[in-house]
Amino acid sequence: MSDLKSTGQQTADAPTPEDALHEAASLDAREAAHAPGGKAAGPVLAADGTPLKRSLARALRRQKMRALALIAPLLIFVLLTFIAPIADMLFRSVENQIVSETLPETVVALKDWDSEGGVPPADPVFAALYVDLFIAEAQKLHTRLGTRLNYEKTGVSSLFRKTGRRVGRFDTDTYTDQITALDPSWEDPATWVAMMESDANRAALPFTARSWDRWTAYQLSEGDDPAKEDIEDVLFTTLYLDLRETGGTGAADARIAQIAAAVGDFDTVSLSEQFADADKDWLDPEVWGTIKAFAPNYTPGYFLNSVDMQKTPHGIEARPENQQIYMKLFKRTIFMSMVITLSCIMLGYPVAWILANLPTRTANLLMILVLLPFWTSLLVRTSAWKVMLQQQGVINDTLVWLGIVGDADRLVMINNQFGTIVAMTHILLPFMILPLYSVMQTIQPTYLRAAKSLGATNWTAFWRVYFPQSVPGIGAGSVLVCILSIGYYITPEIVGGTTGTFISNRIAYHISSSLNWGLAAALGSILLAAVMLLYWVYDKIVGIDNVKLG
Amino acid sequence: MKIKSLAALAASTALLAPMAMAADMADSMTLVSWGGAYQKSQVNAYSEPYMAMHPDVEVVWDESSAEAVAKLRAMNEAGNVTWDLVDVVAADAIRLCDEGLAMEYDPDDLLAAAPDGTSAGDDFGDLIVSDCFIPQIVYSTAFGYRTDLVGDTPPDDICDVFDLETYPGKRSLEKRPINNMEWALLCDGVAKDEVYDVLATPEGQEKALAKLGTIKDSVIWWSAGADTPQLLADGEIVMGSTYNGRLFSVIEEQKQPVAMLWDAQVFDLDGWIIPAGLPADRLARVKDFVMFATDTQRLADQAKYISYGPARASSAPLVGKHADLGIDMAPHMPTDPNNAKNTFLYNYEFWADYRDDIDAKFQAWLAQ
Repeated sequence: MSDLKSTGQQTADAPTPEDALHEAASLDAREAAHAPGGKAAGPVLAADGTPLKRSLARALRRQKMRALALIAPLLIFVLLTFIAPIADMLFRSVENQIVSETLPETVVALKDWDSEGGVPPADPVFAALYVDLFIAEAQKLHTRLGTRLNYEKTGVSSLFRKTGRRVGRFDTDTYTDQITALDPSWEDPATWVAMMESDANRAALPFTARSWDRWTAYQLSEGDDPAKEDIEDVLFTTLYLDLRETGGTGAADARIAQIAAAVGDFDTVSLSEQFADADKDWLDPEVWGTIKAFAPNYTPGYFLNSVDMQKTPHGIEARPENQQIYMKLFKRTIFMSMVITLSCIMLGYPVAWILANLPTRTANLLMILVLLPFWTSLLVRTSAWKVMLQQQGVINDTLVWLGIVGDADRLVMINNQFGTIVAMTHILLPFMILPLYSVMQTIQPTYLRAAKSLGATNWTAFWRVYFPQSVPGIGAGSVLVCILSIGYYITPEIVGGTTGTFISNRIAYHISSSLNWGLAAALGSILLAAVMLLYWVYDKIVGIDNVKLG
Repeated sequence: MKIKSLAALAASTALLAPMAMAADMADSMTLVSWGGAYQKSQVNAYSEPYMAMHPDVEVVWDESSAEAVAKLRAMNEAGNVTWDLVDVVAADAIRLCDEGLAMEYDPDDLLAAAPDGTSAGDDFGDLIVSDCFIPQIVYSTAFGYRTDLVGDTPPDDICDVFDLETYPGKRSLEKRPINNMEWALLCDGVAKDEVYDVLATPEGQEKALAKLGTIKDSVIWWSAGADTPQLLADGEIVMGSTYNGRLFSVIEEQKQPVAMLWDAQVFDLDGWIIPAGLPADRLARVKDFVMFATDTQRLADQAKYISYGPARASSAPLVGKHADLGIDMAPHMPTDPNNAKNTFLYNYEFWADYRDDIDAKFQAWLAQ
């Protein structure tokens, strides 16, 4: 944008420091060549004694900075209010940190579990889930995760909600009772705080230490003092599991060794049974497969969904036939936008031609008629089409009154593709007429007269002489109409019925109703890419230089 | 001069003293609702009496309930929640609660007890379907039909919707699977208490879509609550589903030749949620307002303006006549025994789980 060199017009009209710089450079070169015997003449100097080259470069830099400063407000505005939110939204299409952030232990524990094995994971994974879910429940994050995973596997939402209600009441108080029976000082939170300050203890009880850190971090964030709150069953459970695993070797505190010696005889609680009690779906390997498949921080899942594929525990597959919808909608959106663009050209071209060939006064008056729709609310115009096109509407009533169609078989013109095309053509027509009109105004009528005087028929004169000159207007109008209609939302929603809706209607649904923003972002990204592709194809075929707005 | 200003100071402190309590509360609040007749009924029944009691409080209404969940999530992410109280349907309240966007509350603490001393928790009973949801009204999605287009035998069974021979013409159904799938299964011979078990299976979903497929060509799918009333008024459709309050206004206020088909109406709830994380002064104001606006009398008052049933058991006997039309409102309530012979209660848990899955199938089916 700050590159003034590319604005060819400026180079042609007025000399810039840039030209002078080239000039100076070539001057230098010439002088060097003309100075045989090493007795080089000094570089050309500016009036203040600095070398001309440097002084010009400085002038150029200053000019560029000034240009940049002038556009800076707009640039910053666009960056902050347009580019940044779009980039943020698009980023959501791959972002998937919620699983690994909410279930960090589970995600690690699941690494070695084989999702193809057809059996749920072993107890250690359930222990990891127990800790994760307990903390997530306290933070109210488990239902959010459930909603996220429910997009991939039906039923996970209530699985997490139900289990969240139960996770604080698991039978793991057995461990609490047995440990505190051996040594009541474990009941005192101060014991735990002191215990967890020693590195040796932490090394001997790794799982407990990690869980303790997460739990106390949560307590602190809530304004509670970990040294004053009762110790939860979940921490006694991790303590038991650690001691059974490591035997507490290396622990600095004798109390740990005391418990470690006794854990072999403890009554145990099967965590997988506890979870299965809360909801039997925890024994379904598919649920675990889904958690594992969506554990990475970034996922192609949303993009796969938006092209009617899905990421399952068993790899990437096509969606069942009865759920495929997005490819169909993408194709329909592109197709209908093309049809709308074509109808705008067909309807707009003659209007623009008349406007361009009428005396200015009359043309201006008629122009108001073209602009009038711009001053009416989009919703009003769309609803007006509803009144016009519906079966008990104005057009059908007139046709029946004229006897052209029978009362029983009134035409169906709305809540389908036809209705959408009619309404959107009408709404977008000014975007075609205006660029066409301004281009046609610049076409000299003398060319047509010259063609005719040289013997061309009316059609040849139009097709060979007039039409090629109006192509830049068609180009500009088509790009405007096509891109606008691809992203149209409100009109297809109101008059589109089931066969006339666009992909944008699904995007809106996922943004505001299903709250699946990741999928909406992926659909939006694909739409953006499609528009850019269209633009590129257009550039290849017609050439973007060949577009004129006036 | 000095004495004068001192006196003025003393006078103003004396004036301010009783306001000290109120000073802890924000003096404006933003309420979010659905717009239209429903919001008007809330303004009449809740906010105007409240403002009469607290003239210094400014109440701003925002008509964003339809996108409330998405907007609230966006506000929360931006760290700037500008709403103080949001009117949402129960399903949305559950989702907001799940997402941690709505505040959990204790009914007996936040809400007023009934005049007879019944605690709020008991008075609202099972209608508190989520820890964040403060119920206001019971509404239903039911059918209305054109009395002049159905001949001598007006429809009285939900399955008449699927009967194209007796009732030819178009029908309107909502462009989403919820309710439609249940009705389809009911009319495909599935017993009422098995509907959700059947609907949980892929075969059951196919079955429901197949039943809907028998009338698919005669259906206009609506997405805004105002569509069906307009289509009925224009005679575009023979019958159509929408919220019962909308049908009431077509029948009683606009006097269109339309009547209610209450059979298998689906009850749903609408109420308030308080956004999570409000600053203390705004929260105090909202709590004060909610305590007032959900008491027994206020809920009963709302029924003067719109035909939705109050969510409190103790409000039901107080429902009187329409404020302008002067007709008895009780027979127009979805909860009236004559209307509630055969009803369905929106199954929140089921739809929270199956919504995405069934919606994908439903939309793919629609697009075919």
